[in-house]
Parts: sequence; C-alpha cells; structure tokens
Amino acid sequence: MKRTLENIENQFETFQILNEEGEIVNEDAMPDLSDDDLKEIMRRMVYTRILDQRSIALNRQGRLGFYAPTAGQEASQLGSQYALEQEDFILPGYRDVPQLIWQGLPLTKAFLFSKGHYVGNQMPEGVNAVSPQIIIGAQITQAAGVGIGFKKRGESNVAITYTGDGGASQGDFYEGVNFAGAFGGHNIFVVQNNQFAISVPVEKQSAAQTIAQKAVAAGVEGIQVDGMDVLAVYAVTKDARERAINGEGPTLIETMTYRYGPHTMAGDDPTRYRTGDMDDEWEKKDPIVRFRKYLEGKDLWSEDEENEVIEKAKEEIKAAIKEADNTPKQKVTDLMDIMYEELPQNLKEQREEYAEKESK
Amino acid sequence: MAQMTMIQAITDAMRTELGNDENVLVFGEDVGQNGGVFRATEGLQDEFGEDRVFDTPLAESGINGMAVGLALTGFRPVPEIQFFGFVYETMDAISGQMARYRYRSGGTRQMPITVRSPFGGGVHTPELHADSLEGLMAQQPGLKVVIPSNPYDAKGLLIQSIRDNDPVIFLEHMKLYRSFREEVPEDEYTVELGKANVKREGTDVTLVAYGAMVHSALKAAEQLEEDGVSAEVIDLRTVSPVDYETILESVEKTNRAVVIQEAQKQAGIAASIAAEIQEKAILHLEAPVMRVTAPDTIYPFTQAEGVWLPDHTSIIEKVESVMNF
Ligand SMILES: Cc1ncc(C[n+]2csc(CCOP(=O)(O)OP(=O)(O)O)c2C)c(N)n1
Ligand SMILES: [Mg+2]
Repeated sequence: MKRTLENIENQFETFQILNEEGEIVNEDAMPDLSDDDLKEIMRRMVYTRILDQRSIALNRQGRLGFYAPTAGQEASQLGSQYALEQEDFILPGYRDVPQLIWQGLPLTKAFLFSKGHYVGNQMPEGVNAVSPQIIIGAQITQAAGVGIGFKKRGESNVAITYTGDGGASQGDFYEGVNFAGAFGGHNIFVVQNNQFAISVPVEKQSAAQTIAQKAVAAGVEGIQVDGMDVLAVYAVTKDARERAINGEGPTLIETMTYRYGPHTMAGDDPTRYRTGDMDDEWEKKDPIVRFRKYLEGKDLWSEDEENEVIEKAKEEIKAAIKEADNTPKQKVTDLMDIMYEELPQNLKEQREEYAEKESK
Repeated sequence: MAQMTMIQAITDAMRTELGNDENVLVFGEDVGQNGGVFRATEGLQDEFGEDRVFDTPLAESGINGMAVGLALTGFRPVPEIQFFGFVYETMDAISGQMARYRYRSGGTRQMPITVRSPFGGGVHTPELHADSLEGLMAQQPGLKVVIPSNPYDAKGLLIQSIRDNDPVIFLEHMKLYRSFREEVPEDEYTVELGKANVKREGTDVTLVAYGAMVHSALKAAEQLEEDGVSAEVIDLRTVSPVDYETILESVEKTNRAVVIQEAQKQAGIAASIAAEIQEKAILHLEAPVMRVTAPDTIYPFTQAEGVWLPDHTSIIEKVESVMNF
C-alpha cells in the first residue's frame, strides 16, 4: 500500500517574491510591471487602508451599516484584482468590497451596500460583478458557472471568486472547484486564508495542512501564496488568468493573510479568540510596509506622495458618504418593484397598501 | 429565582441538559470558546469540555448531517445554525433526512435532535440574517417547530425540546434575546411542546401570535382596551404542531380572530391557522378571520425594515376591521 498524503502536502510551499524586509527574494518570478504600475498598486493599497479606517469610524458613528474590515488583506485583495482585465467577472464575498471598488464600483454605492440600500447592489455599466455574497460559499458554484459560460462562448475572460478559510469547508467550495475542473471553466478561486473564520482558527476547519492542496482532489492547479506580498499575489493571479483563458484549466489560490480588525463591526471581539502576540506577528508582515520599503529602495515612493493619496482618499470618502446619506431612502414599494419582471396580483394589492402607508 | 434575559435562559437550559445527560452535545460555528456570535453558549465549553461543546468546520449541511449520524449512535445533538437564513444550506439534512428517519426506518430509529437558531427581523442585519422561515419548517411533517416569546418559556421549552425524541427546530427571535428580563427559576422545569398559552384574557377578539409578535399583540391589546375592545392574546409557543384546541376554545368565546405573523403573507402559518378556524368554527364567527403579516417581498434591505415589519398599529387596524365587519 502506497501512502501519498505526505508527498502531496510537502509540495505546497508558500510562494513569495517580496519578503517582509521589502527585498525581492524570487527574481525569476518577478512580474512584468512598469514603475507606474508599481506606484498605482501602492496608491491603491494606501487608499484602501484609509477607506477601511474611515469605514470603521463611520460605522461607530452609526453612519454605515454592515461592514467587514479589510486592513491586513490589501495585498490579497488588490494584488489579485490588479491582475484582472475590465471584462473579467468578480464574484466577491462580503469582505471583498475593495476589489469591486477598484474594478469600478463607486464609493457611494459601496457605502449604500453597507447601509442596506438596494442601489448599492446595482453594479454600474462595465463592472462585471455581482454584489458581495453573504451566504458563505454560494458564490463559488456560481463562479464555476460564469467561468464555464466564458469557455462556452469562446471568450478570453475569467471569473474570479473570493472566499475565506472558513468558506473552504463548505460543500459549495468543493463542488464549485470540481465543476470548474470538470468543464475546464475559465476560473480563479481565491481563498483568503486570514487564519480565522470569525473565532474558529483554520486548524479546526480541516485536517488538510493547506487549503491549496484541496485543488488536487478536483484535478486542478492549486498554489499557496504569501498573501501579504502584493507582487506574489499579482504574479500568481496573472499566471492563473493566462492559463485559464488558454484552456489549461482553473486555479485555486490560497493567500496567507490576516485581518487586523474584528470580523465585522457587529459586536465581534477578537480578544476572545486570538492573542495580541499573534496580531503582532502578522503586523510585522504588513503588505503596505514591505511594499513601501521596496518602492523607496527604488526611489519610486515618498512620504509626500503617500500623504497626497491619504488626503485624496479622505476627501473622496467624505464626499461619497455625504452622497450616500443624501440618497433618497428606499421604500417598501421600491422593493416590491424589483421582485419580479411584472408585479403579480398579490403584490399589486399590497403595493397600494404600502404606497398609502409610505406617503404619510 | 433569577432575573434572566431570553438568551441567558437559553444558555441555562443547555447547561441543565448538558449536566443531566452525557449524550447531549452542543456544536456549531463559533459556539465553543467564543460562546456563539450571540453568546448563547457562553461558558458551556469551559464547563463541559471540548468533547461536548465544540466548534465545527463552516458547513451547515455538514453540521446537521453530522447531527443525524451522532443521533444514529445514541447522542442527543443540539446543533446551532448561526442565523436561520443559512438553513437553505442544510434543507436536505433537516427536511430530507432528520424529519424522515423515524418514518423511513419503519419506526425503528429516532432523531432526538434540537436545531437551535436565531431568526426574525428588526435588528439591522445583512441579507439572509433576518428571515422568518418557520413556515418552511412547519410544512415539513416529522419536525416540531418551537418559538418562545419570553425567557421563562425559552428555558422550559428548550429543555423539553432536547428531551424530545423527535427533531425540533428551536427558533430564537433575535429581537427578544436581550430586550427584557424576567423571573426564571434556577431549577429545571419543562414547558410542554405543542401547547399554546393564553397570555391575556379577553372577550371580543382573539389575537393569535408567536415569537416577537406576541409582544406587539399584547401592546395592541392594551391600546384596544382603552377603546373598549377586549382582546384575548394567545402565544402559540409551538408552530408545529399547533394547539388548535386552545385557539378554537378562545374563538368560540370571542367570535373573532386575527392571526399575526412577522413572516410574509403567502403560504404561511397564519394562513393555515385561519383556514383551520374557518373549517372548525365557522358558525361561531362574526367576521372573517384576518391576518397581519409582512408583505410578499424578500426580507427588505435593512433601510426599509421599519415599515416592512408588522407592528402593533397594523394589528390594531386589523382588529378594527374585524370589529366593524
Ligand atoms: C452559509 C453561511 N454560514 C455562516 C455564515 C456566518 N458567517 C459569516 S462570516 C463567517 C466566517 C467566515 O470565515 P472565512 O470564510 O474564513 O472568511 P473571513 O470572514 O475570515 O474573511 C461566518 C461563520 C454565513 N454568512 N453564511
Ligand atoms: Mg477567514
């Protein structure tokens, strides 16, 4: 009897290009990015960190609704998004609002989504995405469908979907990856392994040593990447995208990362399940700190430039939240109108009732 | 006696049964060290150990499928579904499997499982965290569906549910978790499943409600009293099976009924109760049985929750129309 588990697990090492000191440790894998690209990636990470800080503050002031913090996960989220083309399709989880924003979702809409207004779920023209999925894993089988659809139509686009380490335990995760493999869908499955699913540590999710190795069972490529290294995440996603549209099959990417904040702003208390030491360990790996060092080393970044981004972010956020606050409140009758293509009998009657109530 | 919130009473019930019966197991997402996202299992892992109170991987169909398997080996599982909107992920394990095992095995197997879950609206949660899906459960023969409206009942009903040898879906309205405290005995006691409770006596109209709507019905009854209408309020406590005896007895006295649910109108618990009253007591009725429900849309994005959810004013309006019929 030949045993294979150990052999398989040994093959899943964490792929890295830029180490914690901001040094390139894997020159061969360095992606083809211009200086402008590098600076743009930095701008986006800094901007997104500010957006997270402001969102948390706005939530505390009662001006936002549901919000899942993103700080710590910028490299995973933005590195993978930067590898996409505008025609690619994003199926995000609830924490993946930044990817939508950088794909073209206006900030105002992101805030409206958070405030529980349906206008926030309407993607603008040219943004191929659905609104963030709340049901963990549901997006993954749908992503397989989008990727398989692209293949059937002979289009050179991919579907990218995001979930977390917890999400990789859902049946939908295995089914989605398996379907994409079986049909050769144009798919990228990103699992942001931030070490916890609310309070549950990743070790309790599975006996598997890595999430990346779950690809093996589906017969697709799997890779674990340093999720605090934006260059590595970008390179891996870019490669996965090319292989997908060349008919070489889907890829499962596990990014090793950490969420600095609470799970969501609805009462989660991380001190109940993780230690300050662990937080410190991960903050040393910070994606922005190491990328800043790298860019400064190349004379591509300065404090002034960073401050400029921060100021711009603050201004735009301020304007967007104002616009969101001033958006007319949604009504029950609005919700009735988006239920079906045509209003059925029961809703017609109820619509009159609520129109009267809401006109008072 | 101690003053407890409903969530404390629920924790207390689980603590009681974990202590009474070593086959009782409590598990689900975040229920271990974290004590559940609402803290319903707070302290239970420390007290009873990780073997009996534990976190599971994140997969609802796995959680309830495992519960079925554990029940097959003699355990008495108390799984938690973190929010009841996630029940769609596990409909087969519940309706396709645990509900049918006794029947499928020709009466030789049983599923003493209590699936606990927060539900109900009004607390500004994201999508699929606030639905009232008790109707889906009640439509499945083989399940019992229990919905407490207060701390005292919650403890007694939950202990009884855990002891019951058939699967129980135990739904905890999120708005009631911490909204008030009341006297709850520290000792163990049970409240019978399938037995409604007359919360307030009256002579003019019967208000049938459950969960958070019991409180809206009581509030409506108080205001109606001032207008000279005497309303009887029945708290169903169990929506499957329904205690029709108590309802019919009341309607035969008051001759009018309004049935209230927080859920959408179509194909709901209220519809089935209204139909039953009309079948069994038509000659006692002075007016059609009316319903107070939410409208037939998907649960609203949070901003419109306030208008969408029925409240005491919608109950008063309906009572006025049955009184003036
Ligand atoms: C089907 C389903 N089950 C449970 C939840 C509740 N829930 C929301 S987030 C979460 C943990 C998710 O962890 P992970 O997949 O690691 O993603 P992260 O939040 O860490 O980004 C849980 C249990 C849900 N939204 N959907
Ligand atoms: Mg996680």
